[in-house]
Amino acid sequence: MNRIGVFVCHCGTNIAATVDVHRVAETLGKEPSVVIAKDYQYMCSEAGQNMIKDAIREYGLTGLVVCSCSPRMHEATFRKAAASAGLNPYLVEIANIREQDSWIHKDIEEATEKAVILGRTAIAKVQLNTPLTAGESPVTKRALVIGGGIAGIQTALDIAEAGFEVDIVEKQPTIGGKMAQIDKTFPTLDCAACILTPKMVDCAQNDKITIYSYSEVAAVSGFVGNFSVKIKRKARFVDETKCTGCGLCTEKCPQKKVPNEFNLGLDNRRAIYIPFAQAVPKVATIDPDYCNMLKNGKCGVCAKVCGAQAIDYKAQDTYVEQQYGAIVVATGFNPINIDAYDEYAYSQSQNVVTSLELERLMNAAGPNGGTLLRPSDKKHPKTIVFVQCVGSRCDDSRGKGYCSKICCMYTAKHAMLIREKYPDTNVYVFYIDVRTPGKNFDEFYRRAVEQYNVHYVKGQVGKVVPKSDGNLIVYGSDLIEGKRLVIDADMVVLAAAIEPDKSARSIATMLTASMDTNDFFTEAHPKLRPVESPTAGIFLSGVCQGPKDIPETVAQATACAGKVIGLLVKDKLTCNPCVAHSDELMCNGCSSCEKVCPYGAITYEEKGFRQPDRTTKMRRVAIVNEAVCQGCGACTVACPSGAMDLKGFANKQIMAEVDAICL
Amino acid sequence: MSVNNEFRPKIVAFCCNWCSYAGADLAGTNRLQYPADVKIIRVPCSCRVNPMFILRAFQRGADGVILCGCHPGDCHYTSGNYFARRRMTLLFSMLDYLGIEKERTRVEWVSAAEGAKFAATMNDFVDTVTKLGPNRRLEDLRCKN
Repeated sequence: MNRIGVFVCHCGTNIAATVDVHRVAETLGKEPSVVIAKDYQYMCSEAGQNMIKDAIREYGLTGLVVCSCSPRMHEATFRKAAASAGLNPYLVEIANIREQDSWIHKDIEEATEKAVILGRTAIAKVQLNTPLTAGESPVTKRALVIGGGIAGIQTALDIAEAGFEVDIVEKQPTIGGKMAQIDKTFPTLDCAACILTPKMVDCAQNDKITIYSYSEVAAVSGFVGNFSVKIKRKARFVDETKCTGCGLCTEKCPQKKVPNEFNLGLDNRRAIYIPFAQAVPKVATIDPDYCNMLKNGKCGVCAKVCGAQAIDYKAQDTYVEQQYGAIVVATGFNPINIDAYDEYAYSQSQNVVTSLELERLMNAAGPNGGTLLRPSDKKHPKTIVFVQCVGSRCDDSRGKGYCSKICCMYTAKHAMLIREKYPDTNVYVFYIDVRTPGKNFDEFYRRAVEQYNVHYVKGQVGKVVPKSDGNLIVYGSDLIEGKRLVIDADMVVLAAAIEPDKSARSIATMLTASMDTNDFFTEAHPKLRPVESPTAGIFLSGVCQGPKDIPETVAQATACAGKVIGLLVKDKLTCNPCVAHSDELMCNGCSSCEKVCPYGAITYEEKGFRQPDRTTKMRRVAIVNEAVCQGCGACTVACPSGAMDLKGFANKQIMAEVDAICL
Repeated sequence: MSVNNEFRPKIVAFCCNWCSYAGADLAGTNRLQYPADVKIIRVPCSCRVNPMFILRAFQRGADGVILCGCHPGDCHYTSGNYFARRRMTLLFSMLDYLGIEKERTRVEWVSAAEGAKFAATMNDFVDTVTKLGPNRRLEDLRCKN
């Protein structure tokens, strides 16, 4: 005979304001097999939990129903309370009467009635719950970081600091990411390279960190604590162990017309190249799309000049298989393609550039050696117009609905730097709003306006028309003055929205990590678990989770490392006990379940069964590997004989819930 | 067609734990209203929903059943929602053949971020089923109190 206890939470007034909690407890108390039903102001508080623990001991409860907030919130709390009073934690069910009842209904009568039905449903289910014991699995004490930008670098350094092995997989030939391309950083104006490159070197020199540059994640299997990852090391045609990074080959290579992606195509590099002087690893890479030797077998100059004999034209992609306990996603971002914004003439004029291109144009290591010259005729620009929110906060399909967060600040930085270096330049900034929430951010912006006399214009640019002399006519509106502005500009700089890197979606699919509609990775809880993915063992670092600036990225990267370390220090992890189980007496070994299992958790075994005539007959039956099963339940539906069932969400339990709702 | 204003449908909603149940929670957090006729059953994945559960609901007198899962490609278990989609396509056409109108059954993809979509979907579904009126097909009066 079941002895169920029902506890109804008021959640202050969150539930009690729209649900008559006393009536719910009273009504549910009359249900058969319910031996105690109580309501209390805060069930999750210590007093509330003690009330539950006392009832378990006093009434010898065999099942517990808590009518409260979502199980996603406090299921773990009540399971823990039950366990400490000696009740198996999986004999607890939650009826969600807050998020799915009191918060969405206004009518007390209706909401109370629904709460009673939800309570009954939970009672019906809990009677069929069985005690479950969570198994344990070992933890591989090694972490993988996907992406070698500042987020990945910081996370890797922090994990390595705690004494764990870390591998960084970076698809570019060098780590460094977007920060390496940036000239100065707001609001302090330190040079990005000066603060980033020492960290890159730290990574290379740390014996706990292995950098797989020019590599990609090809396949991921396994689960938290036990991921198995296949890393594709793209052929760079240069032996990393022999190359000294002297750069002689990159000077002698006759193929000079390759757009330099590090400078965003503003200048050219050779077919064999080192992305930039401080690259880590400082190793040359041959671009197979442009190398004459690889394309038609005629050249071989680099092999001739290389003293270290590092060139290998016959190199092939190789694969590395490695085990990890945790995986960090730090895939970062890219500016969006703004070709669709015809009105700004980006594709028509070289003198319309994106902000990231401007970073390169102003950088001492950039194509102009740090002198700001406009791309079309290398003249010093006298009037520069900045356009904010190009593709950010956009309500049509060309752009993104969100705020890219960093553009207001980097534009203030650009404007300030230009006015500082070239005081004769006129700088206009067209903005919708200026958003400066951050330490010393507003002070910084005000300095740009007040000290550097940057003309901030609230309004939008309607059209940019290129003239034959390379100048641009900017038609805009000033909303505060209420007038039209026509500016003859030498350059226009567009603050393009940022979006997650294109590789993020395929990585999310491999990791079964969830993403939002903009392809940013979703965190486990937007406030309380901001650096973890809902998928156990996957952690989020940097802009892959949402737009953020460098200080925020570093803060998140370190937080993420903290979570990873917290996982890796454990020797064993408890597994989810709600896994599939096959009743071998009913199983006929048809293989239907194996075919739908995404984890390969089901195998088959020949087993002897005693027959009525006392002989033993061998039969093929399914066996579920409980450490590998993740408990999706696909097999339970595929099974034609009904042998396969899911613990915690058994057929009978869900049927009972359906019955309770429909009664 | 006459619409009975008194009629309140019984709606069973199966929601996967990772996306749609979280989406329903988000609808709650954002205080987005939808009728109390919808009762949610939490399942680990949309592929856990056995067609038997849906038949059982209609047998017990449900007026509509909706299954919500992660968007295609976003399944926490990689492929579960694809299984659900195939199974439900078959089941719903069979139910239609048996006289349970296609409008009484629905599969909808709702992510954990789509609280507004969850509420809008439920409002629309309840509205549709209310207009259709009570379901009598498959209902087993012996199961009734």
